[in-house]
Amino acid sequence: MTVEIEGVMRHFGTAVALDSISLTLQQGEFAALLGPSGSGKTTLLRILAGLDFPDAGSVRIAGTDVAAVPARLRGVGVVFQHYALFRHMTVAENVAFGLRVRPRRHRPDNAEIDRRVQRLLELVQIPELAARYPQQVSGGQRQRVALARALAIEPQLLLLDEPFGALDALVRKDVRRWVRSLHDQLGITSILVTHDQEEAMEMADRVVVMDRGRIQQIGTPRALLDAPANPFVAGFVGDATRLEGQIRDGRLHFDGLPIDPIAAPGADGPVAIFVRRSDVVIERSGAASEGFHVALVRPSNDATHVVIRHGAIMLDGVLAETAAAVKRGDQCRVRIRRCAVFGATGDIIAVERARALVDRD
Amino acid sequence: MTTAIRPAASDSWPVRWVLIVFAAVLATILFLLPLAAIVAEALRRGWEPALAAIVEEDSLSAMRLTLLVAAIAVPVNTIGGIAAAWAIAKCDFVGKRLLTTLIELPFSVSPVISGLVYVLLFGAQGYLGPWLQSHDIQIIFALPGLVLATIFVTFPFVARTLIPLMQEQGRDEEEAAVTLGATGWQTFRRVTLPNIKWALLAGILLCNARAMGEFGAVSVVSGHIRGQTNTMPLHIEILYNEYMFVGAFAVAALLALLGLLTLAIKTLLETLTDRRMGAHA
Repeated sequence: MTVEIEGVMRHFGTAVALDSISLTLQQGEFAALLGPSGSGKTTLLRILAGLDFPDAGSVRIAGTDVAAVPARLRGVGVVFQHYALFRHMTVAENVAFGLRVRPRRHRPDNAEIDRRVQRLLELVQIPELAARYPQQVSGGQRQRVALARALAIEPQLLLLDEPFGALDALVRKDVRRWVRSLHDQLGITSILVTHDQEEAMEMADRVVVMDRGRIQQIGTPRALLDAPANPFVAGFVGDATRLEGQIRDGRLHFDGLPIDPIAAPGADGPVAIFVRRSDVVIERSGAASEGFHVALVRPSNDATHVVIRHGAIMLDGVLAETAAAVKRGDQCRVRIRRCAVFGATGDIIAVERARALVDRD
Repeated sequence: MTTAIRPAASDSWPVRWVLIVFAAVLATILFLLPLAAIVAEALRRGWEPALAAIVEEDSLSAMRLTLLVAAIAVPVNTIGGIAAAWAIAKCDFVGKRLLTTLIELPFSVSPVISGLVYVLLFGAQGYLGPWLQSHDIQIIFALPGLVLATIFVTFPFVARTLIPLMQEQGRDEEEAAVTLGATGWQTFRRVTLPNIKWALLAGILLCNARAMGEFGAVSVVSGHIRGQTNTMPLHIEILYNEYMFVGAFAVAALLALLGLLTLAIKTLLETLTDRRMGAHA
């Protein structure tokens, strides 16, 4: 089912929750709305579900303008942030709800409802919990109940509002992959709302980065990492540290940091620089110079994660593969492998010209 | 919603015992002794005079009227209370604050004033009096006036019991129901109502207790016509003023019994609710 959103605006009093949102999703696509709290992502989801309404603009689901279609007739499945399970009903009754409230001539008979509920509970792998109440099952199981309940109405569009927020880290990873495979298996269109970039990058075909009611960038996870459209995206996606600098005579200088200038195209002037941890390579330096020193060392499987500081500035990096081990307090020097640079006026400047991806290896 | 929560810091036992004894003494003096006194006075000359005072024609008529007024006022306030609580807890609209304050109005003004307002509106000299008279409609000194006054005074009970609970529950479940295809009525009957049923019952019982016991507002609009517009509380006052103490206390004991019965049912329901919630926790 396709979703076409065009020029959608939403105000709450004087606050702008959504500012000219336009977005098109293809049938079978898994999209993530990614942004910090207050970015308008949940408001957009509620508008799609029919629980909120735009002040301007149009929403078409499967080609039909849904402005006049009430939530109950949209047939859109929603998994709510805190699941919103019916607390006085058993798990099976929760799942059956969407079938039981159908008008009589569309309602399956009781035996058929029971069969479908059983099948859905098997699909979400909790058939043994049918008779329990929501308070009697764990967070991860509740999430599965919420999903089964939403799928019972056989939606062609599934909306997931921060569905993994209440799960602990270990369960979350499994459930994420499982939900994605379920999406592929059912062939529906899904939209996930999240503030967790890792979640969005792992699950979605395309990620829609939002901030302060605006879409900042739409792209595949790879595209967002390779070519962030503006400083917000560069900072929000991919664990980047923001540094200040200048471009002078075709070279990029880092303000107040002992990093060698690197060649960079672009007009002279102040710039914002975003460097990712994996692009900051750290080596121990013998001389007790005005360099960086190591603030924190955290070994991990791929590379040793090192936090270094110079004055008040902290920088995340990795230890060079061939380098000797470092410990807290060691003097070190830094090589920037790659960084994204934006003109100081940020997203107002034409991004293509202001951005300079610098390679030096 | 009283679940057993262990106090963060428990007081030492002398403090605890002083407090408990103080509360017990206070309850005895203020509540138990007067109740016992009513029953004792009613039975001062034995069962027969007391019983005779109750089955006497005017007393029976007062009882019928009281039950009739409650039977009309309580359902009206139940529906009105649910509607008001729903609106306040689950919807956003201009003037929500005002509505919340208005609901509390009957608690904050003296019932006598509520009665007087109706006399001012519907009485012979009132704003609508001439029109009502020309259409031969009797409100003041008749059943409609009694019902109106009772509805006014007892309106807050259901709404006030429901609002905090419904606010706490939020509107998530209702929204979920709607996205699953439920109509407004289905959402209310299958989701909202089951979630509030125990609180609603408690509110209705409190409302009923007050409706049967209301004196001030009803007294103003009643006109005290024996056998016609006298409710039980008014009847008790008349008997008392006429020095018919046994009769007065006998009817009073009956009224008190009705109130106690209501309270007992409410307590029972609360115990059952707690047990149910406990089982689910």
